[in-house]
Amino acid sequence: MEFAFTDEQRMIQETARAFFTENATSKRTRLAMAGDGIDRALWTAFCQDLGLSGIGIAENAGGAGLGLVEMAIIAEMAGAQVAALPMLGSLVLSAQAIAAGGNSAQKRDLLPSILSGARIAGYVHDAELRTDGELLTGGCGFVAHGGSASLFVVTCNDGAWIIRADAPGVTVTPLTTMDQTRPYARVLLSGARGEPLAEASAAITAAHRAGFVALAAEALGGAQSCLDRTVAYSLQRVQFGRQIGSFQAYKHRLADMMIEIEQARSAVYWAACAVDEGSDEAALAVHAAKSFAADTFFRCAGDMIQLHGGIGFTWEHDAHLFFKRARAIQTALGNGAWHRAQIATMVLGATV
Amino acid sequence: MKLGFSAADELFRQECAEWLNAQMSDEFRDIKGITKLTASPERRKEWEQHLGAHKWSCIGWPEKWGGRGATLAQQVIFAEEYARAGVPGRVNHIGIELAGPTILAFGTDEQKRRFLPDIAAGKTIFCQGFSEPNAGSDLASVRTKGRLEGFGGNQEWVVNGQKIWTSLAHISDWILLIARTEEGSKGPKGLTFLMMPIDQEGIEIRGITQINGDAEFNETFLTDARCPADSLIGAIGEGWKIAMGLLAFERGVSTLGQQMGFRNELDEIIDAAKENGAANDPQIRQRIARAEIGLRLMRYGALRMLSQTDHSKIDGAALTYKIQWASWRRNLGELAMEVLGQAGEVTNKAEYEWDTLPNLFLYSRADTIYGGTNQIQRNLIAERGLGLPREPRGDK
Ligand SMILES: Cc1cc2nc3c(=O)[nH]c(=O)nc-3n(C[C@H](O)[C@H](O)[C@H](O)COP(=O)(O)OP(=O)(O)OC[C@H]3O[C@@H](n4cnc5c(N)ncnc54)[C@H](O)[C@@H]3O)c2cc1C
Repeated sequence: MEFAFTDEQRMIQETARAFFTENATSKRTRLAMAGDGIDRALWTAFCQDLGLSGIGIAENAGGAGLGLVEMAIIAEMAGAQVAALPMLGSLVLSAQAIAAGGNSAQKRDLLPSILSGARIAGYVHDAELRTDGELLTGGCGFVAHGGSASLFVVTCNDGAWIIRADAPGVTVTPLTTMDQTRPYARVLLSGARGEPLAEASAAITAAHRAGFVALAAEALGGAQSCLDRTVAYSLQRVQFGRQIGSFQAYKHRLADMMIEIEQARSAVYWAACAVDEGSDEAALAVHAAKSFAADTFFRCAGDMIQLHGGIGFTWEHDAHLFFKRARAIQTALGNGAWHRAQIATMVLGATV
Repeated sequence: MKLGFSAADELFRQECAEWLNAQMSDEFRDIKGITKLTASPERRKEWEQHLGAHKWSCIGWPEKWGGRGATLAQQVIFAEEYARAGVPGRVNHIGIELAGPTILAFGTDEQKRRFLPDIAAGKTIFCQGFSEPNAGSDLASVRTKGRLEGFGGNQEWVVNGQKIWTSLAHISDWILLIARTEEGSKGPKGLTFLMMPIDQEGIEIRGITQINGDAEFNETFLTDARCPADSLIGAIGEGWKIAMGLLAFERGVSTLGQQMGFRNELDEIIDAAKENGAANDPQIRQRIARAEIGLRLMRYGALRMLSQTDHSKIDGAALTYKIQWASWRRNLGELAMEVLGQAGEVTNKAEYEWDTLPNLFLYSRADTIYGGTNQIQRNLIAERGLGLPREPRGDK
C-alpha cells in the first residue's frame, strides 16, 4: 500500500507551499483583484522561476512531465492562498486540451508560450455550439480569466478548436465577478474561424479530467486554510472569560470541518492517481472529487465567516476571498448535482 | 503515490477468495449471507474453529501463536474478501481484534502461550466488559471493584459490580474487565485490566432487547466473581493505559474489512431501487451517488491511513475514520428506508424480525454510539487533531 506521497511529491509540495505563502499574500491578491484578477509578477515567477507550470504536460509536448497528482499538489497549495493566477483556464484546461488533442505543430507553436506564462489561454465550452465547417457560432458566458486571454480553446461535446481572441467574429466582454481572483468574461463567437484540434475527444477528456481534479485540489487547499485560520483565531479570541475554541459547539463545528476535509483529501488524490494510472475508477473518481471537495470548501468557508463573528464579515478580513472562491468552484465545470448525476448513471444506469 | 496493491498481494487476494468461496458453497453453505450478530451462534463457533484449523483466523499474528505473520496489506485483503464472499461477521471479534492484540502487546509470555493459540483456534470466545450504568462515554468512572484475596500461591481476584451493554456475553467464554482495584481512587487511576472466565457462579448475564428486537448485548452482574491472581494484563493500577491501547485497536485496523460489507449493503439498496423504480427519482439518484462517493472515500481514507509510515504523527485520516463510517452507515440506513418506502416498515416474518435493509436502518443507530459516540469523536478530533482546549469536567 503506497497511497502516500513519494519523497519527490513531498518536495514539490514543500516548494509550492513556500512559494505561495511567501508570495501570494493577501496584499498582492487584493491589488490583483482591483485589476484583471492576475498578479502578473506572481504569474511570471510561478511559470518561469519556479518551473512548476509544465507539470502534468508530457515532456515531449514541452511540459515538465509528471502527472495529475503533482498538478493537484500545486493547485492545492495555490488554493490555500486563493492565488490570483490564470492557472485553471490556461495551464490546466487549455494546455491539457492542446497537449492531448493537438497535432505536433499546434503543440510546438502554442504550448511553450502558454507554459512560460507569456500567453494566457481561456477555455470556452459550449455544448450547443453550432458549426459550419470551421466557422463557429455560440460561446460561453463564464470564461475564467477570459478578459486576459489572447487565445481560446473552444470545445463542444464532440469538437475542439483554437481561436485567437482578436480573430474576426470573436467578442470578449469582461464581467464584474463575485470572485475577483478569477473574474469571468463572456466570449461570443459569431462565425469565428476555428483551427481544429486533431483529436477532439482526447482533448476534451483530458481537459475536463484535469479541470475537475485541479478545482477539487484548489478547494481542498482552500478548505484547509479556512480550518487552520479559524483554529488559530479560536485560540486567541476570548469571550465569557474563555478562549472561544473551548466552547463545545465551536469545537464540534471545527471537528466537522476536519472530517470533511480529510475525505476531500482522499477524494482529490484518489482521482488524480486514478487518472494517472489509467484506472477504471477514473471516470467516477473525478466527478466524486469535484463535487465533494467543492462542497467541503464552501461549508468550511461559510463556517469560517460564522466562527469569526463580525470581523469575518468585513472586506478587510480574507474570509470572503475563500467564501467567494468556494462558491465559484462549486459551479465551475458543472455543479455538484450534475457531477452526482453522472455518478448515479454509472451505478444505477440511465433513468427509464 | 499509488492506488492499488502489489501483484503478489493480488495473488494472495485470489487465494483468499477461492478458499472462502469454497467454504461458503460447501460445508458452511447454511451460514452464508447472515448479517445479524446473534444468528446461529453454534454454527458460527464451528466456523471460528474451521477458520482456526486452516490458519485463516488471525492471519496477522505471528505463526507461533496460530497466525500467518501476514502483512497489513494482506490483512486488509483478507478482510475485504471475507465480506465479499458473504461470510458472516466473526462471533469472536472481541477475541481476535481486542483480546488477542492486547495480550500480544502487553501480556506475559505465559499469557500468550495460554490464550493466543486458543483464540486463533476459535476455542476461546471473548467479550468486552467495560461500560457500566454510570460509566459510558466517561469510561474512567467505572465503579466495579476488584480485590486480591488469599495468600501465597492461592491468591485470586474477587470482583463485584455491574457491567452493561456487554455484547455477546451470553455466548462467550471469557470477559475482559476494567475494575477499580485501589480503594478510594478516582478516574483513570487505580484501575486494573482483568480477564475472567464467564462460566462461574459469581457471574450472571441477562439479555437486553434492542430496538431491532434482537438481544446482542447484556447486563453482566459480578457478585464475588473470581479469577486467578495472574489474570491481569499489565500491572495493578495500569488498567486505563491497557484499555486505551485496546480502544485504539478497536478504532484502527479492525474496522477496515467492514467496508466490503458496506459495499454489499449499498449494492442491495441499488438493486432494490432498480427493482421498485426508486432509481428513477432524481433525489434518490443524488443520495445514492452521495453514498457511493462516501464509500469510495472511506476506502481511500483507509488506504491512506495504512500507507502511513510515520506513526508518530497523529494522522487526520485515522482520527476522523470512526465518525466518518458511523455517520455514513447511519445515513445509508435512512436511504435504504427511503428507497423501500412503506414496504420497508413491514416484515413478512411472524416474529419482530427484519431483513437486511430494515435491520440496517435500525441497527445503524448504534454505530454512532458504541466505540465512542459521535460527540466524543468530535471532542477527540478537536482536542487531539486541532489542539483545542480540553472539555472541562464537572466533578473537579
Ligand atoms: C450495540 C452496542 C454494543 C455495545 N457493546 C459494548 C460492549 O461489548 N462492551 C462495552 O463495554 N460497551 C459496549 N457498548 C457501550 C458503548 O460503548 C456505550 O454505549 C458508549 O460508550 C456510550 O455510553 P453511554 O451509553 O453510557 O452513553 P452516555 O455516555 O451517557 O452518553 C449519552 C449522550 O451524551 C453524550 N455525551 C456524553 N459525554 C459527552 C461529552 N463529553 N460531550 C458531548 N456529549 C457527550 C453522548 O454522545 C450521548 O449522546 C455497546 C453499545 C451499543 C449501543
